[in-house]
Amino acid sequence: MAHQVSHSAGAHAGSHAGEVHPEVGHVVPIKYLVGAGAALLVLTVITVAVRYIDLGEANLALALAIAVVKATIVALIFMHLRWDRPFNLLVLIGSIVFVGIMLAFSAMDVHQNSATMFNGNPPEAETVMQANAPGAPVAQFRSTNGGVGDTN
Amino acid sequence: MSQTIANTHTTHADQAHGHDDHAHGHDPHVAHHFDSMAQQFDSAKLGIWLFLATEILFFGGLFVAYAILRMRNPEVFSYASHYLDTIMGGINTCVLILSSLTMALAVRCAQTNRRGGLIVCLVLTFMGAIGFLVIKYFEYTHKFHDNLVWGSSFYVPPHDAEGHAEAMALKTAPVAATAIVVKDPTLFAIPDLAAKPAVDVSAVKSASVGPSGMARANGTPAPEQAAAPAPGKLEEAHPGTHLEDTKLPPNTHLFFAIYYCMTGLHGIHVVAGMGIIAWLTWRAVRGDFSSKNFTAVDTGGLYWHIVDLIWIFLFPLFYLIH
Repeated sequence: MAHQVSHSAGAHAGSHAGEVHPEVGHVVPIKYLVGAGAALLVLTVITVAVRYIDLGEANLALALAIAVVKATIVALIFMHLRWDRPFNLLVLIGSIVFVGIMLAFSAMDVHQNSATMFNGNPPEAETVMQANAPGAPVAQFRSTNGGVGDTN
Repeated sequence: MSQTIANTHTTHADQAHGHDDHAHGHDPHVAHHFDSMAQQFDSAKLGIWLFLATEILFFGGLFVAYAILRMRNPEVFSYASHYLDTIMGGINTCVLILSSLTMALAVRCAQTNRRGGLIVCLVLTFMGAIGFLVIKYFEYTHKFHDNLVWGSSFYVPPHDAEGHAEAMALKTAPVAATAIVVKDPTLFAIPDLAAKPAVDVSAVKSASVGPSGMARANGTPAPEQAAAPAPGKLEEAHPGTHLEDTKLPPNTHLFFAIYYCMTGLHGIHVVAGMGIIAWLTWRAVRGDFSSKNFTAVDTGGLYWHIVDLIWIFLFPLFYLIH
C-alpha cells in the first residue's frame, strides 16, 4: 500500500479533482506548463530586443543570463525536475559543472600559452587556402624561428 | 524541502514492502528485474538523465571550442554574427519552445489517460521539429549560396547556381582536384557530374582558383605563389559579397566553422528527436500508453527538452552578438 501513495507528494497539490493519477511520477498542472511556455516566449523577445541596445561587455552577460533563466524554466517545469528525485537534478548540475571545469582549464591554458601559440592556420591548411583562395584575408602562419609565412 | 523528506520516507517504505509486492502477482508493465513500478520508473528516469548528462558534455566540448575561438577572435564574432538572420533564428527559437510545450503536454496526456490528446500533442511536436528544420534549411541554403561557409571556400567568390555542384565537389579535396584539372578538365566530369559539359567545369575552376587559375585552365603552366593577388584585388573583382567588404576581419571563416559544427550537431539531434516522436506517436495510436505505462513518453520528452535547452544557448551565442 505504501507505494500506492507514491513518492510524488506534490502531485496532488495543483491538479484537478477527478483526474486519473499515475502510480509513479508527477502530473504537472497545465497552468504551470502554459505559464512556462509563455515565459519562455517573452524572454525570447526580450533577449532579441536587448541585442540592439549597446551595453558593451554587458550584452553577452545579459544574453547568457536570460538563456540561463530560460534553461532553468525548461529544466524545472518541462523536465519535471522541480518535483523529481533530487538526484536527477544533481546529475544535470554535475554535467554542467564538468563542462565549466573543462572551459576554465582550457581558457587558462590558452591564456597562459597565447604568446607561444602560432597565429592563424597550420602550414597544411595554409597550402589549401593558397590553392583555393589566394590572397584570402586569413591570419598568417608564424613559424617557430619568428619569421612570417609566405602568404601575401 | 518537505517534498524531499517525503520522498525519502516513501523510498524506505518501498524497500520495506518490496517483497510483499511480489506476493500479489505481476503488474504487466513492471519488468521482472524490478521490485516495483516505482523502482522501475526511477531507474528509467535516472538512466535518461545520465544520457542527457553525456549529451551536455558532448555539446560542452563544442561550447568550449566556441569560447576559445571567441576569446581569441572577438572582432570576427561581432562582425560575422550580422550575416545570420535574427528573425529566422528567433522564429526557430519560438518553434522549439512551442514544440517543447506540446511535448510536456503530451506527457501529461499520457499520465492522465488522454489518448487523443497524447496523439495530437505528439503530432504537433513532430510538426514543430519539421518547421525548425525547414527554417534551418532556408538559412543554410542562403548561406551556401553566398559562400558563407567554413574553411577556404569562404574566400572563394560566390558562384552561380550552375557551377554549384562542381564547386562543392572541389571542396572535398581542394588540392588534389586542382592538380587534376590542370592536366585534364574532363577527368573531373567522371561519375556524378557526367551530365554537365566539361567546358563548364573548367570555367568554374578558373573562377574558383582566382586569376592565376585562369592561366592554368588555358593549359599554361601554373605560376608560383608570386602570382597570388593581393586581398584588395580579390575584393574589387567580386563586388556585392562579403569578400568586397573592406571591414572583413581576418579568419572570419572560423565563425562559420563553429556555427555549422554546433547548429549542425543540434540539427542531427532534432532529426533523431523526430524519429523518437514518430515512434511514440505510432505506439500512442496503438494504445500502448496509459497512466500505468507512460515512461517512454516521459523519457522521450526529456530528450526533446534537452534539444530545446541546447538551442536556448546556441541562439544568443550566434545570432545575438551586438
